[in-house]
Amino acid sequence: MVKGCAELAKVKVGIIGSGNIGSDLMVKLMKSEVLELTTMIGIDPTSRGMQHAKKIGLKVIDNGIDGLKENPELVDILFDATSAKAHYYNYEVAKKLGKQMIDLTPAAIGPFVVPTVNLTEHLDADNVNMITCGGQATIPIIHAINQVAPVEYGEIVATIASKSAGPGTRANIDEFTQTTAKGIERIGGAKKGKAIIILNPAEPPIIMRNTVYALVDEKAMDEEKIAKSVIEMVEKVNSYVPGYRLRTEPIFDGNKVTVFLEVEGAGHYLPTYAGNLDIMTAAAVKVAEEFAKNRINV
Amino acid sequence: MFKNPEVKITEVALRDGSHAIRHQFTVEQVRTITKALNDARVPYIEVSHGDGLGGSSLQYGLSRTDELKLIEAAVSVADYSKISVLLLPGIGTIEDLKEAQKLGAKMARIATHITEADISKQHIETAKELGMETVGFLMMSHMAPTETLVEQAKLMESYGADTVYVVDSAGALLPHEVREKIRALKDVLEIEVGFHAHNNLSLAMGNTLAAIEEGATRIDGSIRCLGAGAGNTQTEVLVAVLDRLGIETGIDVYKIMDIAEELVAPILPRPQEINRDSLVLGYAGVYSSFLLHAERAAEKFGVDSRDILVEIGKRKAVGGQEDMIVDVAAELAKAGSRSG
Repeated sequence: MVKGCAELAKVKVGIIGSGNIGSDLMVKLMKSEVLELTTMIGIDPTSRGMQHAKKIGLKVIDNGIDGLKENPELVDILFDATSAKAHYYNYEVAKKLGKQMIDLTPAAIGPFVVPTVNLTEHLDADNVNMITCGGQATIPIIHAINQVAPVEYGEIVATIASKSAGPGTRANIDEFTQTTAKGIERIGGAKKGKAIIILNPAEPPIIMRNTVYALVDEKAMDEEKIAKSVIEMVEKVNSYVPGYRLRTEPIFDGNKVTVFLEVEGAGHYLPTYAGNLDIMTAAAVKVAEEFAKNRINV
Repeated sequence: MFKNPEVKITEVALRDGSHAIRHQFTVEQVRTITKALNDARVPYIEVSHGDGLGGSSLQYGLSRTDELKLIEAAVSVADYSKISVLLLPGIGTIEDLKEAQKLGAKMARIATHITEADISKQHIETAKELGMETVGFLMMSHMAPTETLVEQAKLMESYGADTVYVVDSAGALLPHEVREKIRALKDVLEIEVGFHAHNNLSLAMGNTLAAIEEGATRIDGSIRCLGAGAGNTQTEVLVAVLDRLGIETGIDVYKIMDIAEELVAPILPRPQEINRDSLVLGYAGVYSSFLLHAERAAEKFGVDSRDILVEIGKRKAVGGQEDMIVDVAAELAKAGSRSG
C-alpha cells in the first residue's frame, strides 16, 4: 500500500447553484477528506456565493452548466442546488459529460437516497435525489422501526423556522409533503406514508423539529428492540449530522410508536436553527463521499 | 352603527366541530345536519376534517369517515347551501382540493398562519382556476401586529382570493383588537373581509359584532358552539341577534334554533361550555384544537393540562403543532418528578 494514496486520490467535485444551499455545501466540502471542491457553477457572478467561491480560489463558471463543457475534467461529481426546472437540463449535460449527479432539488429524476438506509444500492447511479429535509430527518427512523416491526403506516411532521423556508419551498409546499410521503414508503418501508410541514415564525427562530409516528404490526411489536433500533439509527445519522438528536426516548402506545427529533444546524454558512437545510447538505456530502470511496476502491 | 345591511354566515360545525368530537362524524350525521341547515337557508356549510382536507392523521386524529365521503353526502342534500372545504397548505394538497371540487364543493378556504400567506399562492390560484369561491384564512391573528395582518391579507388578495378572514384561532382577541384589525383591512382591501371567532374568553359574540360594525360581511358560526375549544360564535344565537339588529342573514331563526336543539345537541360528547382548559386557550393564546390533545396528554403523563397549555403558549406554537403537546407534557412530567 502506498502511503498517502487516499490524498492523491481525492475525487473532484463541483456545485451548481450559489444560493444558500450551494454556499453551505461549499463550506462543508472544503472540510472533506475525500472530496476536493474545485468548481462553483452559477449564473450571477455578483451573487454572494459566487464572490465567495472566487475568493477561496475555486474555478468559477458563471454561464451555468454549459460552461463546464469547456473544462469537463474539473469535476467527477456534481451537486445540483438549483431548482427542479433547471435540474432537468443540468442532468442532461452532466450525463453527456459522464458526471455523477447529486440532486438536491425536488426534480427527483434519479432514485431517492438516504445515506443510512439505501446508499449502497446506488453507488454507481448517475443521478441520485436527496428527497427533502424532512425525509432525510425521518426516513431513517421509519426504516429503523420497520426493521423490527413492519410499519403499516408512517407519518411525519416537520416543523421548521419560517426564516429557513426559502422561496422555492414556499411556492410549492405540496412538493414537500408529497415527495416526503413517497420517501417514507419507498425508502422507509412503510406500507403507507404521510407527511406534514409546519412553518413557525417565532423569534428567535426555532430549530427544526420532527415527529415520527408509526403504526406497526401488533404481532411484531417489541418496545425494547424498536427503541434500540431507533437509538442506533440516531447515532448513525448523527455521525454526519452532528446536530441530529432525539428529544426524548421513543414513546409507545399500543402499536403506535412516536419519536421526537430535533436537528440543529452546524452553523457553517446557514444559522444553527436551519437544521433542515443542514441535514440536506450534510447528507449530500455524505453521499458524495461514499461515491468517492467507491470510485477509489474500484 | 351597523352600515352593512347583510352578512353571509358560514356554518363551520361540520369542520371546526370535528375537533370537538375527535373527528368521528358519520355520513348520516353530516347528511341530516346539512339537509336541515340547507332548509334553514344557511348560505355556506363547511365540511372537512378539523384540520382541513388531508387532516386525518395521527398528529391530529384519524377521521372515522373519509372526509370526501362526508363532503359528497353534504353536497347531495344541499340544493341551496354551498359546501365549503378548508385546506391548510403543508397538510392538505392541491390534489385533495381537486377531489373535493369534483365532488361538488363550491368554496375553498385556504388557511395559513398569520405570517405565512405566501405558502397559499398555489392553492388560492388553483381554487380560482377550478371556479371555486376562494377565501384566504389568516389563522392565529392575535400573534402578529395589525401591519403584518394587512400585508399578509394583501398577498392573499393579490393571489385572487375573494375574501380574507381574520381568524382568531385561539379565541384570544379582545373586542378593541378585532375592531382595529377589521378596520385596517377594510381600509386597504377591495375584497370582502370576514371574521372567525372562538369563544374561549366568552367574547365570540362581542368580537363578531365588533367585526360586523367595522364592516366585516362574512362571519363564521358553529351551531350549538360545536367547534374547537369552547366553540365559535354560536350560530343560532348570532342569527337571532342579527335579526334583532336588522341585519339580513337569510337564515330562518326558528329552524336554526331547532337544528341546534334537536340535531346537534344530541351528538355532543359534552356541553360546549367554557371550562378551565378552554379558558386557558384564550388566556394563553393557544390554538383551540389543542384542547382535547392537552387533556389526554395531561392524563397520560399526570400533569395539569393548564400547565401544558400555558407552556405551549410561551413557546409560541402555531396551529398544527399538536405534537408539541405530548413533548411538553413528557418534559413537565420529568421536571415534576425531578423536583418531587
